[in-house]
Amino acid sequence: MLTPAVIKILVVDDNPTDRLVLETILRKQGHQVVSADNGLTALQLFQQEQPDLILLDALMPGMDGFEVAERIKKQVGEDFIPIIFLTSLQDADSLARCLDAGGDDFISKPYNSLILRAKINAFTRMRAMNHTLLTNRDQISEHNRMLIREQEVAKRVFDKVAHVGCLDADNIKHSLSAVSVFNGDVVLAGVNALGNLMVFLGDFTGHGLDAALGAMPLAQTFYSMIEKGFNHQDILVEINKKLNEVLPVGVFCCGLLAEINFHEGTIKVWNGGLPDCVIYKPASGELSLLKSRHLPLGVLPASQFNSRAEMYDVHVGDRLYLWSDGIHEAENHRGEQFGEQRLFDVFQNNSRPESLFNEVNAAVNQFIGASEHTDDISVMEITLVSPENFKASHVLTQDSSFAGPDKWSMSYELNPDTLRSFNPLPLMLNVIVQVPMLRTFSGQIYTVLTELFNNALDHGVLKLESATKNSSEGFSHYYQSREVLLQNLQAGSIRFDLDYQGGRKGGALIIDVVDSGDGFDYQNLGLAGGDVYSGRGVHLVAKLCSTLEYRGRGNAVRAVYSWGESAF
Amino acid sequence: MVLEHLDMESLETLREVMGAEFTHLVETFITDSDMRVTSIAETVNAADADAIRRAAHSLKGSASNMGALSLADLCRRLESMGAESKLEETHDLLEQVRKEYSLVREALQAL
Repeated sequence: MLTPAVIKILVVDDNPTDRLVLETILRKQGHQVVSADNGLTALQLFQQEQPDLILLDALMPGMDGFEVAERIKKQVGEDFIPIIFLTSLQDADSLARCLDAGGDDFISKPYNSLILRAKINAFTRMRAMNHTLLTNRDQISEHNRMLIREQEVAKRVFDKVAHVGCLDADNIKHSLSAVSVFNGDVVLAGVNALGNLMVFLGDFTGHGLDAALGAMPLAQTFYSMIEKGFNHQDILVEINKKLNEVLPVGVFCCGLLAEINFHEGTIKVWNGGLPDCVIYKPASGELSLLKSRHLPLGVLPASQFNSRAEMYDVHVGDRLYLWSDGIHEAENHRGEQFGEQRLFDVFQNNSRPESLFNEVNAAVNQFIGASEHTDDISVMEITLVSPENFKASHVLTQDSSFAGPDKWSMSYELNPDTLRSFNPLPLMLNVIVQVPMLRTFSGQIYTVLTELFNNALDHGVLKLESATKNSSEGFSHYYQSREVLLQNLQAGSIRFDLDYQGGRKGGALIIDVVDSGDGFDYQNLGLAGGDVYSGRGVHLVAKLCSTLEYRGRGNAVRAVYSWGESAF
Repeated sequence: MVLEHLDMESLETLREVMGAEFTHLVETFITDSDMRVTSIAETVNAADADAIRRAAHSLKGSASNMGALSLADLCRRLESMGAESKLEETHDLLEQVRKEYSLVREALQAL
């Protein structure tokens, strides 16, 4: 048997005989006893002595036991001080009155010390339990308060990191669900050095800190790699690697990275774990599903990660829609989910593409019922506009001081091992942007470098025919064979020679690219055929540069990029 | 006839529980009950039904604790009369309470 706890008991009875009997029994059982012979004294003693339990006579002259019980129960609030009525009241009404007044039990006269002991022990256990319960509850609510505060801090930090991009561009609309302070959905957008728009919508497993933990390195990697000129593939590889390293097992990020090229009218998509997103062509009503073909980011180690993306042709007016599964799983009061069909119906029934974004949001909110919460769902819409109409704050944020190298040249030769797995452009761009004035034009210079490099690699080293790119199927076939050729590349090289001469008012960057390929008949390049796909992008390069000149058998090219009062 | 008025078994238990305090308890009971019987008489004479109920209730409790079972039972009947405002027989019952109490008192003092 458990050793009974010693507690302090307040005895209230106007009858001295009964009081004396009770006091003696309780003291013998080891308890500390304080006594009152009337209600008012009882209330005073209750305050002074803070007893653990009260034995209270119901009928007393002056303030009776009922009133004493009511007052005490009001004072103690959440604490549990058991009150046992001492009574030989027989009728049910009086007993009920004791309970209504806040009594927890009865003991009738004559007193039986065994029953007294048993009841006191039972109530002591209940009191301890109540205490534990209150303590736990207080701890839980304190933890919850801290958790919410931490989430708010995390959200503030994340907002700073995530919102440096160009989500505010005119052709981007987005909404983010706010189920909890930090719900795990991430939306990012930035413009890379080629002037292409990179957008990312991600959905982390879990909410709150778990999600925030991954979202921050993700956003930082995304923006800083875009700024440094890394491409779609490089960014995915790096984000996956970082999340795989940083996040605990079981936490990962379903996400879709899209690169929108307004010049060429293409969208490059990688979807890992998000539900089917879509490209919508209002002109034909066609919906292309962007299916998930990969595991979410952060799941696979770098060695097993696959960054292969798909290319889609798009035209001005087409729209890209990205969403997390929150939209499909939105539930109405009957527990039904919104689902894919209802979502696609919204597209089917749409007549004005400009209002589609609002219609999607409205349809979901209507479905879940306005009474619930008019929470935004995580959706992103990007409208294809002509390159001139794409206006976004440029992502380059490096500070611009005027000091920088005035005259320099560099030579950079790439061999098969390097060509297979390494994108040399960010490195070269990084050298070039050390010249503050060139940094201003880094987008155009990057475009020139990219076109020249791609031509040298695809048509020079890999000997691919550009004409195959003319049809949609050819387009994807082209990229497949390119991948195969690249992986099997054994011989060949590309050499860059950069030469810069400039001052405060102007300058020129001379770019020589020589590849080991067979060259091509550049004499016929002329101005014929404005075909974007097969024109090797040279028209664009020619437009951006003051000079563009093919040499030798067509395997060497010189482009001169000038700014300001250049001598060239 | 002591046995009729005091339950000796209960008293023996009480004596064990109280120990040295037992004598003091008996004295306390007698002093208090003298007053209570007087106040019962007053309430009966005043024909105050609720006061009769309260006064009888209180003596009932201590009488039962002292093993004075007949006295406790008389008090219980008187308490019911007060509660139901049936006052016709209260004088009669008061006399019985007085008689029984004096016997109990004697018996306790003789212990």
